[in-house]
Amino acid sequence: MALIRSSSPHLHKMNQTGRVMRLVLLATLPGLAAMTFFFGWGTLINIIWASLLAVGFEAAIMKLRNRPIRFYLSDYSAVVTAVLLALALPPFAAWWVTLVGVFVAIVIAKHLYGGLGQNPFNPAMVAYALLLVSFPVEMTRWTEPFVLVSADSGWSVLSFVDTLKVIFGGIDTSVIDSYTGATPLDALRHRGGLTTEEAWRQVPVLADGIGAWHAVSAAYVMGGVFLLYKKIFTWHAPVSVLGSLAVLSTLFFIVEPDYFADPFFHLTVGGTMLGAFFIATDPVSSATSNKGKIWFGLGIGTLIFVIRTWGGYPDAVAFAVLLMNLSAPFIDQYTQPRTYGHAKAKRGLKGDA
Amino acid sequence: MTRVHAFHGGVHPPENKRQSNGAPIRPAPIPPRLVLPLSQHIGAPAEPLVKVGDRVLKGQVIAEPIGRVSVSLHAPTSGTVTLIGPQPVPHASGMEANCIVIETDGQDEWIEHAGLEDYKSYTKSELINYIRNYGIAGMGGAGFPTDVKLHLGDDHIVNTLIINAAECEPYITADDLLIRERSDEILGGIEVIAHLLNPSHILIGIEDNKPQAIRALEDAVRGCHLNIDVVVVPTKYPSGGEKQLVKLLTGVEVPSGKIPADVGIVCQNVGTASAIYRAVHRGEPLISRIVTITGDAVDQRHNLDVLIGTQYSELLEASGVRRDDLYRLVMGGPMMGFTMKSDAVPVVKTTNCIIAATEEEMPPAPPALNCIRCGMCEQVCPAELLPQQLHWFAKGKEYDKAKHHNLFDCIECGACSYVCPSNIPLVQYYRNAKAEIRQEEAEKQKAEYARMRFEARQARLEQEKIEKELRRKARAEEAAKAQASKKDSAGAAKPAAAGGDVKTLKTAAAVARTKLKKAEKAFEQAKESGADNLAELEAAFNTAKQKADAAQQKLEQAEKGGTVAAAGAPDIKALKTAAAVARTKLKKAQSALKAAEEKGQDGIEQLRDTVKELEAKADAAQKAFDDAQAAPAPTAPVVDIKQLKTAAAVARTKLKQAEKALEKAQDSGEGDIAELEAKVKELEAKVDTTRKAFEEAEQGGSTPAKPAIDLAPLKEDMDKALAKVEKADAAAKAAEEKGLPTAEKMRAGVDKLRGKYEEAKKAYEDAEVQNAAAGGKPAIDLAPLKEDMDKALAKVEKADAAAKAAEEKGLPTAEKMRAGVDKLRGKYEEAKKAYEDAQAQNNAATPAVSAVNLDELKADMDAALAKVEKADAAAKNAEEKGLPTADKMRAGVDKLRGKYEEAKKTYEDAKAQGGAAVAAVAANLDELKADMEAALGKVQKADVAAKNAEEKGLPTAEKMRAGVEKLRGKYEEAKQAYVAAGGTVDADAKPDTVIVD
Repeated sequence: MALIRSSSPHLHKMNQTGRVMRLVLLATLPGLAAMTFFFGWGTLINIIWASLLAVGFEAAIMKLRNRPIRFYLSDYSAVVTAVLLALALPPFAAWWVTLVGVFVAIVIAKHLYGGLGQNPFNPAMVAYALLLVSFPVEMTRWTEPFVLVSADSGWSVLSFVDTLKVIFGGIDTSVIDSYTGATPLDALRHRGGLTTEEAWRQVPVLADGIGAWHAVSAAYVMGGVFLLYKKIFTWHAPVSVLGSLAVLSTLFFIVEPDYFADPFFHLTVGGTMLGAFFIATDPVSSATSNKGKIWFGLGIGTLIFVIRTWGGYPDAVAFAVLLMNLSAPFIDQYTQPRTYGHAKAKRGLKGDA
Repeated sequence: MTRVHAFHGGVHPPENKRQSNGAPIRPAPIPPRLVLPLSQHIGAPAEPLVKVGDRVLKGQVIAEPIGRVSVSLHAPTSGTVTLIGPQPVPHASGMEANCIVIETDGQDEWIEHAGLEDYKSYTKSELINYIRNYGIAGMGGAGFPTDVKLHLGDDHIVNTLIINAAECEPYITADDLLIRERSDEILGGIEVIAHLLNPSHILIGIEDNKPQAIRALEDAVRGCHLNIDVVVVPTKYPSGGEKQLVKLLTGVEVPSGKIPADVGIVCQNVGTASAIYRAVHRGEPLISRIVTITGDAVDQRHNLDVLIGTQYSELLEASGVRRDDLYRLVMGGPMMGFTMKSDAVPVVKTTNCIIAATEEEMPPAPPALNCIRCGMCEQVCPAELLPQQLHWFAKGKEYDKAKHHNLFDCIECGACSYVCPSNIPLVQYYRNAKAEIRQEEAEKQKAEYARMRFEARQARLEQEKIEKELRRKARAEEAAKAQASKKDSAGAAKPAAAGGDVKTLKTAAAVARTKLKKAEKAFEQAKESGADNLAELEAAFNTAKQKADAAQQKLEQAEKGGTVAAAGAPDIKALKTAAAVARTKLKKAQSALKAAEEKGQDGIEQLRDTVKELEAKADAAQKAFDDAQAAPAPTAPVVDIKQLKTAAAVARTKLKQAEKALEKAQDSGEGDIAELEAKVKELEAKVDTTRKAFEEAEQGGSTPAKPAIDLAPLKEDMDKALAKVEKADAAAKAAEEKGLPTAEKMRAGVDKLRGKYEEAKKAYEDAEVQNAAAGGKPAIDLAPLKEDMDKALAKVEKADAAAKAAEEKGLPTAEKMRAGVDKLRGKYEEAKKAYEDAQAQNNAATPAVSAVNLDELKADMDAALAKVEKADAAAKNAEEKGLPTADKMRAGVDKLRGKYEEAKKTYEDAKAQGGAAVAAVAANLDELKADMEAALGKVQKADVAAKNAEEKGLPTAEKMRAGVEKLRGKYEEAKQAYVAAGGTVDADAKPDTVIVD
């Protein structure tokens, strides 16, 4: 009788990495739906395109690294990266923008560091930051929500085929000019001499179109709450991101409401919610302990506010996340939990420093 | 109502308890063969009391406990012992261990047994011993001998007794059924434990997934006079872990590395309580237990009352096992249990469950993926560790970091592995890391023991050598005595030579000196203690001094007179000795003065005066010596030159010392700098004179002059100068950078220093050239070179250590330090090479040089030994006090010992060489004699002091006496040396005959 011999435990929760990743993908669906509803087919096309590219690059790299391709593809991590990047890109981003982005994310930011679990930076955010720095025009040409395109008729987004043509270069960009505009963050940044109050009244995207962003953010929150419920991640990082951002923006808004945007605006436009629930919670590149995640989130929230308010870029989530990724190992050293039976937590790597 | 506290983490694996908790407990059939491992628990295995072929009765003791942590073993049924030897046992390793095998006879015949009538009438220790003899070990999992847990000492207060009924592992229902059916037994056991521990509160912790058991317990507790609470805790693995249950029920955490008893809590399993009841009330030892047989590969999943030693196969057969489906056989629960290699292993006291699982039920773990740092493990860890960090550290063999992240607080519950989405066998990594760390530490320990053994052996050999030496000396002394008496009888007829007179006078002078010293000491002591007979003592002192002076004068005259007849050489030697003595005294006084100054004691003035006086004396002695040397014709220029050379070297050393003192004084801005400067100058002058004298002597010598200018000191001078220049330069640069106004001045200083350095260099080079031109092979003084080398090595080591420390701490200066280390190493290499070259040269040139140095070497050796002893004592002290520096000190001691060994070896080598060159030694006769006399004086003095102390009953008397013995030994040695060299000893000048006034 040949009995198997193995080390305990002999039970395993059916808790595969692939399942975790699938749940994350599932949680992005509300956001994807909202994006598609308000900004047209672009995001969906981008996601599909980016996912194909990601799987392709992942497979190629696995081949190069002599790893079983199918086994590693089944963890869905590449697809998650691609989806998150595509959600962050402008809906009409050209095909080559996505291609460059996915290449950077999968090949450089992920596999050159050793693959899944070894990358110090969030791959999607590395790609986003690189694209933003390299192709500022393409990256800031955001689609207008359909309510602004024509006020009369119902759902007037660019048709699916036309969107395909826009993305893959079939249509001259001038055609889609009527479908593009500034984001609320851009609008508020480049409002000239207007106070925020005046800007809210006079700039169309703020006066009428802001609802689209609110809705998209709400959809991301839904996805995030779903993942929290599924215990895919803990509340620490998202709450501290949103909390610190809210507190900071409230403080400044109280002091000078004419110049600073209100906290609700900060929380509900741009990539705040996507960042808080889907990027800051990326386990690989964030801090380890619960305490560490809080510090990590606090840093991201603070940096988002600082870069948005005084920095040179329209949105700040990518840079904030990357900067905090850089600090994560350091945070880890000083945020070990207090172990059972110990009077206090240890710090640092060695000794009781 | 007791509040339930929460512990961090935990998981909810499928319980799978329903399968086996439906049926009542049934007795398992008596198997034909029982296998009883001698070691069924933590601690030492028991020692068999039976032989193969013995018939044993049920309940009979078949093995007795050995050591503190051990329990007895009993025959579970009647039968015959057929084998005592290795059999497969249930162990994670699948190993075999010594077992007693019993062929059962089916009669199940009990040995005569009865419970204690009134256990409360027994003393606690008797009762605890009873429990030990009844073979009771913890039945929860680890199987820790129960008596050890109950044996806490009278002053140990136990606030809370916790009875563990949580049974948090999936599948297992043995405790559940036990509680349902035998709650009265459990209560009875609890009463016994409570009697032993006298806790103020008893808590029974049970998970809320056992409602029937909870009801049974509550019913049982209702009628109990003890303060018992049944606390229902939420079902969560691992709430049955001891530490977790303590936290759940009391909110108290068991400190890391401690046991619950340290915080006034004792945990016992319900099964243990039941076993204690059976032992105490019925006299039944632990020979059976309840085992859950479950898993999809058996048809009947139930709990059986199983005799210890029954093989798994019997139980599986009794439960209808489908062997084809059996895929994994687990003893214990699925979370912490371990797999069995086969079912031919016996049930032991800790076997609470046997899971016969099919492949579908417990499939092999899927291949592990990369850790994605998801942190789920951290969320479930009941010990609040960072499992994924530990995983990285264990994987990367960064055990220091793993230890720092509290690896050893891991209870290996398996919760992290259970939840890991990447299916990483985390617990396995931790076990491996722990084992590796333990092995490392064990090896370290082993090395430590080896070192201790080696040292003990060395010490023993040393002792033997010393004893041998003593015996040899005793023999030699006797021989010398015989010779001396012969000589005396022969020399009586001869006219008394001037030398004899001198000798007598010398002895007289020595005696006078000793007396003087004694008087002086007494006087000082009296002064210190403020005695009233001060004046008297002073008078005595003065008298003694006069006498001593007179004796000395006489001696000197006699010696001078003797010079006319005898050759100049011995005279010079005597003078030299006198000068040396004066010098030694001066040095002693100087150091005393320094010590006094440092301590700020009074009487400094006096000491200073003494020093001055001694200085004058030393100078006078030196002068006399110099004069004497200058006067006589160079009868033996070679010897002279050597002496001169030594003198020059001594002067140089002095100069250096003075320079150092001056520097120190300058640095600290204390002390009389002017005076020191003057002294330095004086010494410089002296050095020049001596050197000149030496050189002249060398040139004037009839022997082929070897202008062997000692390059080493020159080189040293040069190096020193260079170091100074560099230091000053750096300081100047720093100052310049900071824009200090003193920068200019400093720069000037640097230039000046550089000038000096050039000078020194030139001198060195000149000397080198000269040496080279002469073509002679200068007997280069190895000692300074060696010293240089050692110093350099020490520096290198120190710097290296510093650099390593810096590197470990990741300081930015580490690189720089490393560079510095390399530089130092380079210097060391240079020094070593120089030393080796010199050695080679010397060896080639002069084989007999070392004989002269013998005494010096001996002194070195003795000093080293003293150091070693001192350091050793300090280290031992530190070890006893458990100071953290003890290790370091020990290392230092070893180093010193190494040095001592070296010194000894050098000395012995030199001695061997010296033996060949007897003639050289003979020349030293007088010197040896002086040594001997000095030693004698010391002995006498010490003896008096010791006697004094003894009379006064001082506590130091013993020590002093030991010191006297030591001194006597030295004297004997000196005498021996003297005799060996051909001298004669005055019969009355024995150290034993102490001259007491």
